[in-house]
Amino acid sequence: MKAKVLVTYKPGVLDPQGQTICEFLRNRGESRVCDVRIGKLVEFELEDMPREKAERMLDDIGHTLLANPVIETYEVVLP
Amino acid sequence: MIFAVITFPGSNCDRDCHDAIGRVLGYTARSVFHKERALGSCDAVVIPGGFSYGDYLRAGALAKLSPIMDDICRFADSGGLVIGICNGFQILCEAGLLPGALIRNQSLRFISRMVTLTVETNRSAFTSAYMTGQRIQIPIAHGEGCYVAEPSVVEQLEREGRVLFRYSGTIRGDEPDGNPNGSINSIAAIVNARGNVLGMMPHPERVCDPLLGGTDGQGVFLSMVSYRSRSRQESAPMAPSSADDS
Repeated sequence: MKAKVLVTYKPGVLDPQGQTICEFLRNRGESRVCDVRIGKLVEFELEDMPREKAERMLDDIGHTLLANPVIETYEVVLP
Repeated sequence: MIFAVITFPGSNCDRDCHDAIGRVLGYTARSVFHKERALGSCDAVVIPGGFSYGDYLRAGALAKLSPIMDDICRFADSGGLVIGICNGFQILCEAGLLPGALIRNQSLRFISRMVTLTVETNRSAFTSAYMTGQRIQIPIAHGEGCYVAEPSVVEQLEREGRVLFRYSGTIRGDEPDGNPNGSINSIAAIVNARGNVLGMMPHPERVCDPLLGGTDGQGVFLSMVSYRSRSRQESAPMAPSSADDS
């Protein structure tokens, strides 16, 4: 089964990459772009297992490894 | 005085630390590979700079789960001196031994140059060889050195005098107040609440040998030595953290 974990900066954490892209787009005339934040998408290929089990496992991986709770949050996305 | 210098895959300042501690300052540096489970007997731990695990995922994110980290945490919990330099600072934050985190430099550039630091206090295990308010020159070399933490954490660090070094160079282009990376309050080094774990982005080991252009970094290691010898006189010797030296 396939699954995804999305890792994003918490609100308020400085994201210079996002800011640079936002500025770049606005300079090109995309004035409707108000803010850009960069995150990470981690894709998993898992053995077949019950949904809840996969969710628990990815939740564990999310908070021990994929996200740093000081600056980031994460979201488990199952199909 | 024995310093255990940890090598992770991708560490690249481990030999510099070895050289500064051993050849230049005359103490003993012992290499410990990250796959070891025990530090063996030592008086202090050095987590050197570099790019452990290629900085994949986040700087220090994978190194914090290396086998040796459990014993480093035990050593720190028992009051042992631990210093994390550059990538070592990032690893200590990731491991939860120090508060906060280090994110991309505000300029998005890797910065490798000499910076001026102010010694905020010499009442610590890592700065007693300096004078409070002294300005010293130590190089930095990092892409992710912007220190961030919750406002309450920063307030606590400041109130408890746990910011040991602050960037304080002259104004230079887009780096106001000589803060090269955008760190909150220009923080360059902090200690944990107990005062035995230090994280710093600048590289003191690179300015120990006068041949390399300066000796301002020696004080960090010499402070640790004098702290250790004082604590040895005051109490029984610190027990080796777990297994023996084999």
